[in-house]
Amino acid sequence: LTGKMSGYSTDEKPNTLKEITNYNNFYEFGFGKEDPASYSGNFKTDPWSVEIAGLVDKPGSYGVEDIAPDSALEERIYRLRCVEAWSMVIPWLGVPLAGVLSKAGVQPSAKFVEFQTVLRPSEMPGQAQKLLDFPYIEGLRLDEAMNPLTLLATGLYSEKLPNQNGAPIRLVVPWKYGFKSAKSIVKITLTDRQPVSTWQKLQPAEYGFYANVNPKVDHPRWSQASERRIGAGLFAGRQETLMFNGYGDQVAGLYSGMDLAKNY
Amino acid sequence: MAIRSRGFIAAWIWRRITEMIRKLNGYLRRIPVWAVWLFGLVPLALLIWDTLMGGLGVDPIADLEHRLGRTALYFLIAGLAVTPLLRLGRLNLMRFRRALGLLAFSYAVLHVLVWVVLDMGLSWGQMLGDLVKRPYLTVGMLAALALVPLAVTSNNWSIRKLGGAEWRRLHQLVYIAVPAAAMHFLWVGKVAKPEPILWLGVAVALLLVRL
Repeated sequence: LTGKMSGYSTDEKPNTLKEITNYNNFYEFGFGKEDPASYSGNFKTDPWSVEIAGLVDKPGSYGVEDIAPDSALEERIYRLRCVEAWSMVIPWLGVPLAGVLSKAGVQPSAKFVEFQTVLRPSEMPGQAQKLLDFPYIEGLRLDEAMNPLTLLATGLYSEKLPNQNGAPIRLVVPWKYGFKSAKSIVKITLTDRQPVSTWQKLQPAEYGFYANVNPKVDHPRWSQASERRIGAGLFAGRQETLMFNGYGDQVAGLYSGMDLAKNY
Repeated sequence: MAIRSRGFIAAWIWRRITEMIRKLNGYLRRIPVWAVWLFGLVPLALLIWDTLMGGLGVDPIADLEHRLGRTALYFLIAGLAVTPLLRLGRLNLMRFRRALGLLAFSYAVLHVLVWVVLDMGLSWGQMLGDLVKRPYLTVGMLAALALVPLAVTSNNWSIRKLGGAEWRRLHQLVYIAVPAAAMHFLWVGKVAKPEPILWLGVAVALLLVRL
């Protein structure tokens, strides 16, 4: 797979494929960072369809190749900041979500977008063990979903998206903590009500709907002021976390006038 | 008849167990304390080996930190189990308790050092702030600090100097340190995972049997 270069890419050095594919939070396959790489081998991603539902003109089931044809892929090298205060740089291949939604015809009453991850406990040991309240749900405000940074990824480096990274199609929202970027998506619902995400439901005091990367708003149990870049070496120390993960120029306007300490 | 024979069997089993424990105690007497130290340094040797051979995984710092912390907790729990095993099971591990405690302390020190130097990169400001604001760090550091006076007085001279009663009272700090360490382990994660819950349970159980 290849993708057109994009002006939204960072020029920071991407993490290696080995790092990106062996250090994952994907509780569908277990709590451990290496569990997704170890236990996602039996996960079947072909055939796959994504249902686009709710307040759209053309609801229905779409194949991955309809949503993100190989010829339309862009390469987006994005920083990824996990809520656990580590970060990576990942060269995604994907298409902007905005185009996909526009094609489906977003109705004027739609205000939010809800994403649902596949529920398949027979192939996902973490789901079989009920590690979280599955299926995994995430959500964005419509203007966040339509922002040109917001991506539906189907590949990384020149490969099809590996199972442990959310194959065959996942969300990437680079200015928010990683858990917002739902993986292995089977349903996208346009709605007029703010979705309740899985983490928000589990621990509302710790995980809000917005989950924007914000060095000034700490997680109640740990600081978000700095982060450790995976792959930087034993003695690299920490780097400062940037507001909106460094994507403020593109997204700060979405939140003007909002109290981000309240809307965390 | 049935009841009598059942009682007979129970008594026989009990005799066999106590006999086994007596034998075990005999073997244990022959194990030198340095062997416990040697055994206790195996996790460290493996850690050094993995560090040098690149066997630590994608985030080596987290691996180092977590493995050291876990090992410290295991030795703390082992040390805390010595008295109940003697009292309830007549198994005598008393000779090894000092080594277990000092091993736990050594791993705790290394765990804190990895946090300070590698994980936090010596950013003292953030570390101090976090220690005050983050309960999991506060209890973790509390556990580590509580071990300091215990490690310093883990020698015969200190027992003589303090007197047995006073020394024992001081070493009751471990009753705080162990559950605090287990709590720290539980609190550090995004979700409550089974392993830290298990160890917190074991720590609390080992304290409760002392009542």
